[in-house]
Amino acid sequence: MSDHKKVDEHTGTETTRHEWDDIQELDTPMPRWWINIMYMTIVWSIGYVILMPAIPLLNGYTKGVLDFSDRDRVAVAVEQMHADRSARSQELSNSSINEIIGDDGLYEFAVQQGKTLFGDNCETCHGAGGQGVVGYPNLNDQVWIWGGSFDDIKYSITYGIRAEHDDTRFGSMAAYGRDEILEPAQINDLVQHVLNISGQQADGVSAKRGATLFAENCSSCHGVEGKGTRENGAPNLTDTDWLYGGSAEVIHETIFNGRNGVMPNWNERLSADQIMALSVYVHNELGGGE
Amino acid sequence: MKISKLHDFMETRSFALMVGILLTVMVGGIVQIAPLFYIDSTIEEVEGVRPYSPLELAGQDIYVREGCYLCHSQMIRPLRDEIERYGHYSLAAESMYDRPFQWGSKRTGPDLARVGGKYTDDWHVFHLTNPRAVVPDSVMPPYAFLNDKKLNAKLIGAHLAAKKAIGEPYTDEMVALAEADIYTQVDPDSDDIDAFLARYPKAQVRNFDAQPEITEMDALIAYLQIIGTMVDFDEYQANINDNAR
Repeated sequence: MSDHKKVDEHTGTETTRHEWDDIQELDTPMPRWWINIMYMTIVWSIGYVILMPAIPLLNGYTKGVLDFSDRDRVAVAVEQMHADRSARSQELSNSSINEIIGDDGLYEFAVQQGKTLFGDNCETCHGAGGQGVVGYPNLNDQVWIWGGSFDDIKYSITYGIRAEHDDTRFGSMAAYGRDEILEPAQINDLVQHVLNISGQQADGVSAKRGATLFAENCSSCHGVEGKGTRENGAPNLTDTDWLYGGSAEVIHETIFNGRNGVMPNWNERLSADQIMALSVYVHNELGGGE
Repeated sequence: MKISKLHDFMETRSFALMVGILLTVMVGGIVQIAPLFYIDSTIEEVEGVRPYSPLELAGQDIYVREGCYLCHSQMIRPLRDEIERYGHYSLAAESMYDRPFQWGSKRTGPDLARVGGKYTDDWHVFHLTNPRAVVPDSVMPPYAFLNDKKLNAKLIGAHLAAKKAIGEPYTDEMVALAEADIYTQVDPDSDDIDAFLARYPKAQVRNFDAQPEITEMDALIAYLQIIGTMVDFDEYQANINDNAR
């Protein structure tokens, strides 16, 4: 290899000065446009370093002329979002259900927000569209353990059920078997009685003994006829709607171990207007109202 | 034409080219990586972040073993809509004791960076056992076997010791009590409960899966329930100057 330039005589382009078996390689320069784009990126990077946070220093970094910060930007965006909503939100938390229903715009606002909140917070337990799951009530039907009026629903959402709040709804189904309150045979009798009052096939003799036990142990919450009481959150046992299941096995399990399902109090996670929106959604779009 | 001379020189000598490449990459690497080790704002100091309790750590191991990170991220970005859905954006400090970190890169399922306390233990057991029983459209595989698999607590002390060796603030006492602390965290009536809570503030103490044995389900739920709950965001102002990144 010599240092002399070699120019290919056919194309007029310099060669790399390599030669393999008489074959030479052209050293075609990069296209001008490509080189120019590279220079432009260098110019761009200089501008970027001046404007944006860039160069690390001993104890921090250059903040850039624009003083750009993702955190500041998102704080503004979140504030803006709350500001955009605040007028309607204020209106929502200060209105009664009848006023909300009467105002189409406000109602739409409540339902849209309620639907989103429901999907984010409630569907995980109550199922898609509030269809319910074993142990978590269906919110589309007419059966309401703690009451289905607007105020009842709002109260349940706000303070929860057996939640960690002083005003939470509370009722307790004892574990009659596990805690040895009743004998195994007595529990079997009770199961037969519950099967009987819910209109299922039952052993008559056993159910009769169960009826006495029911009056002594269960009627204070579930009512003398087993139709349930709202203030204790004790479900109606005479219908075909079951929270945990109505087969003999499941009823036995319920009496043996007790049931104390929990719904969290949402007043610490959601704002007053969000709870209002959720209540409107559950009351008017799902199965609330009686 | 000096530059083109240099170009020629480099281009025709492979060893010189190699050294040149090495130098260039080194400068790039030093400028980008080295400052992260000494700049304070890389990981801001945040009150409340503590190393995981032994049970939570065992849960994180299960989380990693089962590959939860393949579908779930633990990284809420500072974007309005993410904050609206998941809560306060993640801080670097919140994953400073995650080894490996669990930021993830794909969300087939939702982000879990603030899942702690969002659902009840019951729900987690129910959902992990059969996801489609509660979320009909879910594509998450069931993890019912965690209910039956007893947690192997034998190695947790060594795990803590290893983490201590690489600089996590576990004390000798924590390492010594690691195995016992697993039992303490599922038993609210334990005598050692106050000392345990002093060692691991905000740790949640209860029987997570309602079974008498300590299962892998207990560990996983203990971990899920602590994620994202250590920092009190009523107190911490992430975008004031001292903390700004």
